[in-house]
Amino acid sequence: MGRTLLDLLRFNRQFASGAALLLIVAAYACLSFFSPYAPNDTYVAPPDVPPDWTYLMGTTSRGQDLFWLLSFAIRNTLAFGLAVAVLSRLLALAIGLVAGYSGGLLDRALMSLNDTFIVIPLFPILVLFYFVMRDRMSWGLLALMMACLGWAYDARLIRSVAMSLRHREFTETGIFSGMSMRQILVEEHLPYVLPIVFSTTMNNINWSIGLEVTLSVLGFTDINTPTIGVLLYWANQHTALVSGIWWWIFFPVLLVVMTFIGLFLLAVSMNEYIDPRSRLGRRAP
Amino acid sequence: MKTYPTYILTRLGQFVLVVFIGINIAFIVTHSTPIDPVEQSIAAATQYGSTSPEAIALMRQSLKELYGLQGGLADQYFAFWRRILLGDFGPSLSAFPTPVSVLVGRALPWTAGLLLSSTLLTWVLGNLLGGLAGYYRQSRALRFAGILAMAFHPIPYYVVAFVLLIVFGYLWPILPLSGGYGMNMTRALSWGFIGSVALHSILPVLSLALVGLGGWFMGMRSLVSNIVTEDYVAYAELGGVKRSRILASYVMRNALVPQVTGLAMSLGAIFNGAIITEQVFGYPGVGTLLVSAVYAGDYSLVLGITTVSIVAVSLAVLLIDLCYPLIDPRVRAR
Amino acid sequence: MTSPVLAVSDLRAYYRTSAFGVQREVRAVDDVSLAIQPGEIYGLAGESSSGKTTLIKTIANAIQPPLQVLAGSVLFDFAGQRFDIHALRPRELAAIRWKHLSYIMQGSMNVLNPVRRVRQTFVDFAFRHIGRPLPEFLDVVRQHLQRLHLEPQVLEAYPHQLSGGMRQRVTIALATVCRPQFIIADEPTTALDVVVQKGVLGMIHEVQRALGSSILFVTHDMAVHANLSDRLGIMYAGRIVEEGRTADVFRAPRHPYTTHLIGSLPHLGDAAPKQGLPGAPPNLADPPPGCRFHPRCPRASDLCRRDVPALETDASGHRVACFHPATESVAESIS
Repeated sequence: MGRTLLDLLRFNRQFASGAALLLIVAAYACLSFFSPYAPNDTYVAPPDVPPDWTYLMGTTSRGQDLFWLLSFAIRNTLAFGLAVAVLSRLLALAIGLVAGYSGGLLDRALMSLNDTFIVIPLFPILVLFYFVMRDRMSWGLLALMMACLGWAYDARLIRSVAMSLRHREFTETGIFSGMSMRQILVEEHLPYVLPIVFSTTMNNINWSIGLEVTLSVLGFTDINTPTIGVLLYWANQHTALVSGIWWWIFFPVLLVVMTFIGLFLLAVSMNEYIDPRSRLGRRAP
Repeated sequence: MKTYPTYILTRLGQFVLVVFIGINIAFIVTHSTPIDPVEQSIAAATQYGSTSPEAIALMRQSLKELYGLQGGLADQYFAFWRRILLGDFGPSLSAFPTPVSVLVGRALPWTAGLLLSSTLLTWVLGNLLGGLAGYYRQSRALRFAGILAMAFHPIPYYVVAFVLLIVFGYLWPILPLSGGYGMNMTRALSWGFIGSVALHSILPVLSLALVGLGGWFMGMRSLVSNIVTEDYVAYAELGGVKRSRILASYVMRNALVPQVTGLAMSLGAIFNGAIITEQVFGYPGVGTLLVSAVYAGDYSLVLGITTVSIVAVSLAVLLIDLCYPLIDPRVRAR
Repeated sequence: MTSPVLAVSDLRAYYRTSAFGVQREVRAVDDVSLAIQPGEIYGLAGESSSGKTTLIKTIANAIQPPLQVLAGSVLFDFAGQRFDIHALRPRELAAIRWKHLSYIMQGSMNVLNPVRRVRQTFVDFAFRHIGRPLPEFLDVVRQHLQRLHLEPQVLEAYPHQLSGGMRQRVTIALATVCRPQFIIADEPTTALDVVVQKGVLGMIHEVQRALGSSILFVTHDMAVHANLSDRLGIMYAGRIVEEGRTADVFRAPRHPYTTHLIGSLPHLGDAAPKQGLPGAPPNLADPPPGCRFHPRCPRASDLCRRDVPALETDASGHRVACFHPATESVAESIS
């Protein structure tokens, strides 16, 4: 796995540029630990100052230094995406591996459930969730909810890999040597699905950040924890565009788009690496 | 391999399952709140102006059933289902006493129209360009189109819609930004009205298309580059079958089969996108209604929209599934 | 002697790739010459990776990079007209395909478009050559199917509704519906079980006699060649090492490799187990010098390790490329 990543970094331009983009974003998020202000401080700077050498990205109408505020926001946004991805990975792996390994009725039942979660429109449900939770809605709760709803697509991919592993020799050796299903799945099959888990993680982070931004912009989350979406929410509340405070919108959007494209490039290049058929296609154009 | 009736039955079963699980999730979500939702909703809905005590009593009754707070848990559960099966979500709290079903019914055609036109456009265009790009790998123009489609693809609907709003609202104001038709228009079947509707739908459709194109493009391109290595394509080439015929009837036609399945699978996500886009452009569909219902604290409306969305999307998926055998004569289980 | 319908001379086709800056050259077809007469079934034999498939790809002009034709020519003679298949423009090539030159492919499972009815495939391949309105064209197809003892209803079926053997029969009908002068058959029976295989071979033989076409029949299965081909060419490592009338080749193989191929066929009453040929076919990216068979040859001499033996023709038209060809008695003793 480590060597694969290194190879991709050296030979795949898409992968390298995706990694570079994410590295910039991550480094910027780390700056938040050195911020002179607390994330929720307001009126610590003169309001509505355009970008200059003192305030690199200008200040907001709430008197916040956008440079530092944004570093908090992107950190929280990235952490949110990671949290959803890790939690939903656990679900997707468990369901995908078990369904692919056991086959038969259990597989059919799990995949039926899986397709259900793929089809159900999640956005109205998340809005309903916010509606009944209101002020109790928190960053962690939303992450948990989204993880519970967003595992299905990847579970399907993992299952298809697990199915192909089921009839391989080492699986049968494992069965005959008395390994339990859990042991076989964790010790034998997990390493094979890791590459695909990696690429789906990138896509899943993209998906969850996208939904988080959307919900936050509408004010359907905890608006006191700064994330990219919450930042845009406040900008909208202060009609930043109309009053010409473009930097309040521009920098958050720029940063989050960099994140999206970075993650996407990693996922695409990784996918191409995994799928032997597309590699075949590359060799004989 | 399955026979056609078995296939239809499986798909119908899946449809029932989706609706069943979806509604149950809605039930669980509404019961996960620790606060008393009925009194809170009524307080929120009646905080402005004076509402008659009878109206409040009616609201309370309908809300209690909708939240499923009357009787034991089993009673609550069945009362909830009865309301949903009848499509009776009671009166809207924010537009009292208009029933929720009327409000949703008024908004649904807009959303359906937006979804249908944008999805059709995106799917057809994405598959066409992606297919060509997979077949003519050397073409520079197609490669460029691919990069462009991929650049927009990972960005969420909201951000793209928002950027379009900025571009066409503030930087280059040539298109109407908000609403479904001109303010001074009367709703009638006239060319003027239809033109106005079309003009107002450009930006929402464009933002949905920009995000959606990349996915179909990339999917089709990789499908096609796999299919050109299949025996039947090589054989048709040896048979001197016309290139255009090979591309259309052999390559694209076979690649379309998984893309139809893909359309059914991604309908839920596309619906999410449409809802969000509507809100950005103030389009008079379900999405705008949902967001304003949340702002107005209108529980009945939020719940009504959520359940109608679940049923509508799974119905659309069922329709695609039923058409699938037309595309794939093999009709086998996915 | 009449003029041959196919004349291949000094054909050389290599796979040329460059990966990570390293040039690689696989010499799949090296200096191959052969001629096929009208109405003749020419069998081409050899193990996998001997260059058979590349040779017929080159003959059919189904050349895709990295495969390149470096030298030689492939000339067809259809109805007195000469065609250099590598010099034709795409339009001219399309005009010949299926009308004069058709193809029965390996792996009959997937050669028919899975989402279209069989009828559509017949229309795509043959309609433009028959030159009749569609209903009449379909009548022609139906009559042709009946001649080949196939139900006309197969036209309305999708490929997945037909059995493997049936699909192969349909493919043969498809390849012969335009009455082509030349048919290339690439392992058409390999994927079929023995009983079906027999039926399919019978069908090919029958239709070939009815149409008077020539067939270039490629398979590694020597038993099939013994039953079907008029003449037989043996390929080893990109070269033809022996060629002659099938009966002659089987009765008195001259090249040690041919001797081995024929010796590996089972005979009733065999007591001793068959001897395998030691070693593996050479890597065509780096073939051995001299005769390419010498590392595995029981009769190899220093001469074989140094020089390439030429394909010499004897008085009866039998050709062999060997410095130490077997006489009939030697061949007997080995097999």
